Amino acid sequence: MTLRFSRQGEDGILGYRIMEARQLAERIYQVWVEAPRVARNARAGQFLVLRIDEKGERIPLTISAVDGDSVRLVFMAVGKTTLQLSTLCPGDEIMDVAGPLGRPSEIRYFGHCVIVGGGAGIACCPIIARAARAAGNRVTGIIGARSANFLILEDEMGEACDELFVATDDGTRGHHGFAADLLKQVIARERPDRVWIIGPAIMMKVTSEVTRPDGIPTLVSLNPIMVDGTGMCGSCRVVVGGETRFACVDGPEFDAHRVDFDVLMARQRTYTGEEKLALERFSAHRCRCGGSESHG
Amino acid sequence: MAERPPGERVRDFSEVDTGLSSGEAIAEAERCLQCRKPSCVKGCPVEIDIPAFVALIAAGDFAGAARVVKESNLLPAVCGRVCPQEVQCEGQCVLGVRESPVRIGELERFAADYERAHGILLPTRAEPTGKRVAVVGSGPAGLTAAAELARLGHTVILFESLHEPGGVLAYGIPGFRLPKEVVRAEIDQLRGMGVSILTNHLVGTSVPVSELLSFDAVFLGTGAGLPHFMGIPGENLSGVYSANEFLTRVNLMHADCFPEFDTPVRRAGRVVVVGGGNVAMDAARVARRLGARTTLVYRRRRKDLPARRVEVARAEEEGVDFVFCANPVRILGDQCVTGVECESMEVSGIGGSKRPEPVPVEGSRFVIEADMCIQAIGQGPNPLLVRMLPGIERGERGNVIADAEGRTSLENVFAAGDVATGAATVILAMGGAKRAARAMDRMLRGC
Ligand SMILES: Cc1cc2nc3c(=O)[nH]c(=O)nc-3n(C[C@H](O)[C@H](O)[C@H](O)COP(=O)(O)OP(=O)(O)OC[C@H]3O[C@@H](n4cnc5c(N)ncnc54)[C@H](O)[C@@H]3O)c2cc1C
Ligand SMILES: Cc1cc2nc3c(=O)[nH]c(=O)nc-3n(C[C@H](O)[C@H](O)[C@H](O)COP(=O)(O)OP(=O)(O)OC[C@H]3O[C@@H](n4cnc5c(N)ncnc54)[C@H](O)[C@@H]3O)c2cc1C
Ligand code: SF4
Ligand code: FES
Repeated sequence: MTLRFSRQGEDGILGYRIMEARQLAERIYQVWVEAPRVARNARAGQFLVLRIDEKGERIPLTISAVDGDSVRLVFMAVGKTTLQLSTLCPGDEIMDVAGPLGRPSEIRYFGHCVIVGGGAGIACCPIIARAARAAGNRVTGIIGARSANFLILEDEMGEACDELFVATDDGTRGHHGFAADLLKQVIARERPDRVWIIGPAIMMKVTSEVTRPDGIPTLVSLNPIMVDGTGMCGSCRVVVGGETRFACVDGPEFDAHRVDFDVLMARQRTYTGEEKLALERFSAHRCRCGGSESHG
Repeated sequence: MAERPPGERVRDFSEVDTGLSSGEAIAEAERCLQCRKPSCVKGCPVEIDIPAFVALIAAGDFAGAARVVKESNLLPAVCGRVCPQEVQCEGQCVLGVRESPVRIGELERFAADYERAHGILLPTRAEPTGKRVAVVGSGPAGLTAAAELARLGHTVILFESLHEPGGVLAYGIPGFRLPKEVVRAEIDQLRGMGVSILTNHLVGTSVPVSELLSFDAVFLGTGAGLPHFMGIPGENLSGVYSANEFLTRVNLMHADCFPEFDTPVRRAGRVVVVGGGNVAMDAARVARRLGARTTLVYRRRRKDLPARRVEVARAEEEGVDFVFCANPVRILGDQCVTGVECESMEVSGIGGSKRPEPVPVEGSRFVIEADMCIQAIGQGPNPLLVRMLPGIERGERGNVIADAEGRTSLENVFAAGDVATGAATVILAMGGAKRAARAMDRMLRGC
């Protein structure tokens, strides 16, 4: 099935075309989407908001790489929209893509940078690592996942960083344990000048405790529920240093040691019931019409 | 005028007021005295020739009436529905002294709806000037500026960050007050006039400022979309919304049709809405339509409510409870909202010309049980783009400083609507935008 939408666009483009789509790991997919304006203006740390069709939800995804007129999205199929996205094939079109959004990562010469990615959060890391390295930093990468079959972008991170460490919770690849353990080892060896931690909220919360005692400047990229992504609704509000901030325009990166992760996690759970219902409905529909299985 | 019964309309999002029939419109138009010095026109921010269009309705020339209105107002189907006529034209109508004023708003809407149903005539465009103009934002200000500039022969590109054009008309004002087909028809007119509307284009990031400033002229109509929060404890609990978020989820994303549409909104049993303006009324009435018991808390008295009178009356008919002279001090709950703690306010009549400041009454705290709280206490100008414009002068509240013709401190950059005035009204945004467009035209022609 090929989806096509007409959109009054510029440069003769209608809709935002999927150029390439494939599965990277268990439940994790990547798509390249043609979105020239986003590609032309995107910088490390920014995201976009997409809506697949006119009934779709607007969801934010990080711009994880840029090539010509296209941007790469790497995402975990966790619910209705990401699952639907994982079924799209090259040639299909997404109705709306808006971006780049959010403030870019602050990249300059710091000295030694450590970039820690967990799960689907690894998607955001190579673009930051490359930018940091281009600014003259020495970059250590640490990536972690539940198990080897959930691990993504290992080769790419290996190339983007000066050195790369890998951890899996079950020991099926690399260090048997958490990314936080590896971060401790790196710090014990030498104090980094700047650390990024990107992953699920609970992983960011736990891992940023590692850098707190030494006061190592640490950034996390927050992922609250968003609607517009342009500062108009406040759905994305987070608490940083006791103040309310809008992650879509003031972030998504914030000082890890000042973030109230409990507020973030509570707000992320606002629609748990609805998300479950939407997912069940979509899965049932897919089975009924013998929908194509996701491509490998 | 046919107002659908409250019990029926509270169960759907269709329009509350179904409009006048031709017979009713003619009868209402015939009431007009055709004053020689019409005071109604003075009350109209864009000075529509009211007696003229009303006379045409009385004569049965509905298309002619629409043409007269549109000489001064591009969006009559919108304004007829949402303008606060009671403080504008109808508030000034001489008939209002003895009996009720002519229902000018209803008549304006009638003429516009007639025209839409019978084919809209597009204005003729002036000779192309070869000048390129960027209009940022597709609310009433941007739509008006774009139409006027296109009519004057300029090439207009309209940038909108959301996936649908219309600004507040699309995401804010609910369909039961302003059906989305009405807004879409007005926007199609603009396309018909050759305006390119580029949605999903956030100026400042998707369109860099350098590119924006490379246009021959720029109009900023970015509105006042930044929601304010009260700054009280508990405000970030799950279940606390800004009115903007709540209304956007329902109006723009169709969360009322979840799971048919993917975007959810909390289905609460009991909702507290804070505020007393049009935005608060809209939020409360949407909450009622989603099935919640709804209480609106306002810190002043009933007579101080800034919302349009008719919308307050309709909210009440639809079963919204009002608590006056009270202000929330804390939102209760562990992770989700369980209640809103308020304190009573004393509002004394004295205070000169300014509205009296409400003062908290000590020891008067009480709790309203609720599983959702919507804050509709105001919005500020959208800072995103304005912050990036080097050297643009801004007021204390973040609004762009512009003169009566929309000129800002930057050459070639004009602004009107909520971004310049702070949150105001549709008609003021349109009036300002039209004056700005004319000034831009003069600048572009070098005269
Ligand atoms: C700035 C930012 C960048 C992100 N980048 C990535 C990325 O690169 N890769 C990736 O896999 N995920 C990313 N996410 C998370 C991603 O947006 C959600 O996984 C996605 O919205 C889930 O939608 P769904 O319908 O598939 O799942 P749902 O069943 O709707 O939700 C599953 C989970 O996603 C969260 N979520 C739901 N709706 C939204 C929404 N509108 N906005 C944000 N979160 C939501 C919920 O809290 C829930 O925990 C990012 C989030 C943010 C805020
Ligand atoms: C719920 C609600 C009810 C209301 N009811 C009434 C009423 O009954 N009567 C009345 O007269 N007034 C009412 N108002 C007020 C009225 O809607 C506004 O005064 C009016 O819409 C202002 O128009 P505007 O064009 O200046 O801005 P907006 O309508 O806010 O439009 C601004 C547009 O600019 C876009 N934008 C912002 N920044 C950028 C950027 N950087 N790049 C691209 N696009 C951008 C936004 O997405 C938005 O679409 C109401 C307002 C609300 C919120
Ligand atoms: S003031 Fe009233 S009666 Fe007089 S022209 Fe205007 S609408 Fe007619
Ligand atoms: S997502 Fe709406 S303000 Fe951030």
